[in-house]
Amino acid sequence: MSDAERLLRRLEIQELQDLYVNVLDNDRLEEWPGLFVEDCHYEVIPKENEDAGLPAPVIFCDNGRMLRDRVLSLRNANIYEKVTYRHFLSGLMWHETASEITAQSNYVVINTSQAGVSTVYQAGIYRDRIVRTEAGLRFKSKRCIYDTLRVQTLLAIPI
Amino acid sequence: MDLPASAHAKDMPTLDAFPRQDGSRVPYKVFSSEEIYALEQERIYRGPTWSFLGLEAEIPDPGDYKSTFVGDTPVVMTRAEDGTLAAWVNRCAHRGAIVCRLPRGNALTHACVYHQWTYGTRGNLQGVPFRRGQKDMTGMPADFDIKAHGLPRLRVDSYRGLVFASFSDAAPSLPDYLGPLMRPYIDRIFHKPIIYLGCTRQFSNSNWKLYMENVKDPYHASLLHLFHTTFNIFRVGMKATCQPDPGGLHSIIFVSKTEDENADGYKAQNIRSYDEGFRLEDDSILAMHQEYEELTTNHIQPIFPQLVIQQIHNTLVARQLLPKGPDHFELVFHFFGYQDDTPELRLTRIKQANLVGPAGYISMEDTEATELVQRGTARDGDAHSIIEMSRAAPDQTGTTITESLIRAFWVGYERLMGVDRVAAMGQRS
Repeated sequence: MSDAERLLRRLEIQELQDLYVNVLDNDRLEEWPGLFVEDCHYEVIPKENEDAGLPAPVIFCDNGRMLRDRVLSLRNANIYEKVTYRHFLSGLMWHETASEITAQSNYVVINTSQAGVSTVYQAGIYRDRIVRTEAGLRFKSKRCIYDTLRVQTLLAIPI
Repeated sequence: MDLPASAHAKDMPTLDAFPRQDGSRVPYKVFSSEEIYALEQERIYRGPTWSFLGLEAEIPDPGDYKSTFVGDTPVVMTRAEDGTLAAWVNRCAHRGAIVCRLPRGNALTHACVYHQWTYGTRGNLQGVPFRRGQKDMTGMPADFDIKAHGLPRLRVDSYRGLVFASFSDAAPSLPDYLGPLMRPYIDRIFHKPIIYLGCTRQFSNSNWKLYMENVKDPYHASLLHLFHTTFNIFRVGMKATCQPDPGGLHSIIFVSKTEDENADGYKAQNIRSYDEGFRLEDDSILAMHQEYEELTTNHIQPIFPQLVIQQIHNTLVARQLLPKGPDHFELVFHFFGYQDDTPELRLTRIKQANLVGPAGYISMEDTEATELVQRGTARDGDAHSIIEMSRAAPDQTGTTITESLIRAFWVGYERLMGVDRVAAMGQRS
C-alpha cells in the first residue's frame, strides 16, 4: 500500500467515525443502526471487565435488529433526561487485512444536561472492525471499552 | 431478622420520630441531612447489621482480595491462606493511610506504601521497618507490641456464597440476620455453584435510602418503566408476592408468569404506559429459560443495608448499594451465572444485561426518579412523603400495587436508628 493509499484509507475511516459521531451528537439516532452491517456486534463494557476477561456489559447487541430495538425503546419507552453528547476522538490506529479493517481510537464524551452543565461523561477506547459495503465503510463490530467505571446516573444514548 | 433497638435514643437530637408510626410519612430531611447520614454510619453500618461485601466467587483462591466498603468505611475482603474469609478496615494502624490501593488482586501480604508497615491476609501486622532502629539508634519503644496493632477486623460470614461483614458483636448470626422468610428466596437463586461474570457501576446524585425505597416499590414498576408495557412484557395480571421481612428491613418482590396474560387492566384505565403497536425486532433478550420451579420474571430482594439480589428473566445480579455522603450513592452490579450454564444460556444472560444496570431497558429510569426526589426534597426537611397505597391491608402480599414494603422499611429504619417513639410522643404532648 502506497503512502497515498494509506492516507486515503485513513480518511475513509475517519469519515465513517465522523458520520457516527455526527449522528449520535445531533439526535439522529434512527441513522445509527445503518452505520453497521446487519450481522454486527455493538457493545459497551467497562474496562475493569475487559481487562479481567469478564463479559458483563452495559449494552450488548449481536445484530442490527437489536440496534434498531434500542432506538425504538429510547424513542418510545424509556424515560431519561434529554442530554446532548459531544464526542471527541483521537489516536486512531488501524490495520487492514483482505477482508476488514481493524481500528482503535480514544473517545471522550462530554455530556450537557438540560440545565446546561457540561461534564466529562465517559472516556474510553473504541475497538472497531470495519468492512466495505456498497454504501461505503460500515462497522462490523464496535466495542466501547470505557475507563469511566462509575456511569453517572444512567446511560441511554449509545456511546 | 429482629434487631435490638438502638440504645442511643437519648443522645439523638437530630432524628425526631416520624409523623406516623406506620412508616407512611417520611420527613424529607432524612434524604439530605449530614447529621442523619453520620448517625446512619454509626447505627446502621456499624450497628447490629451485616453488610454485603461481594461474592465468594470473586475471591476463589487463597490471597485473593477485593477492596470495598461497609457504609463509607473502606474495607478489604480477603481469602486467607487456609481458604477462610476475612475482612479488615483499609486504614493503616500507623498513620491512617489506605493500605490496599488496588480494587482487586492476589497477595499474601499488604504493605502500606507510606512507611511499609506490612499486614497479613487477615489484617494482622507482620512487620514494621526499622523496628529495632538503625545502627545504634533506638527504634520503636520496647513496649511496642506488634500484635496489638493489626487492622480492625470485622466479623465475616458467607451465606450460599454471598459474603457479609459486620462491625458489631450485637448482630445476630448471619443466618438469623437473614431470617427464615428471606433464606428460602436466597437458597432459590444460590442453589448451585455460581460463576462471577463481572460488574458494572452506576453513580447517582441521590440518597441511598431512595434506592432502598425503589427496590421495595413494585407500584412504580409498570408506571415508570414503560419498556414492560410498551413491548407487552409485564402485565398487571401476573402472580406476585410482595412481602417485607418481619423486621421490616429486608423484603422480597417475586413476580411469576401465569396463563392469564391480558392487558385489559391497562387499557381500561387508559394509563399512558400502554401503547399498542410496538414490537421488538429481536425479542431474544426477553427469552425465559426456565431454571427454577416457578417461571419467575422478577425476583428483587433487598437484604438491608447494602445488598439487592436480583433475578430478572435469566439475569442474575447481586447489587451492592454503597452510600457516598447524604446525596450520593454507588451501585455495583455483580453479574453471575451458574458454573454449569450451557453456552446458549450464558449468552442469554449476557444479552439480558441490556435489561438491567445503568443502561438497562427496565432499570435506567430508577436513578432518574431517585434524583428527581433528591432535587425535589432539598428544602422543607420537615415536609414529608405520603406512602399510602394498600395501607388499609398491611398483610396483603399478593399484589404489586402496594407500598407496604416501603412502610415496613421505614418502621425498621426508625427502630434501628434509635428513635425513642414513646419519649418523643411524651415531649410533644
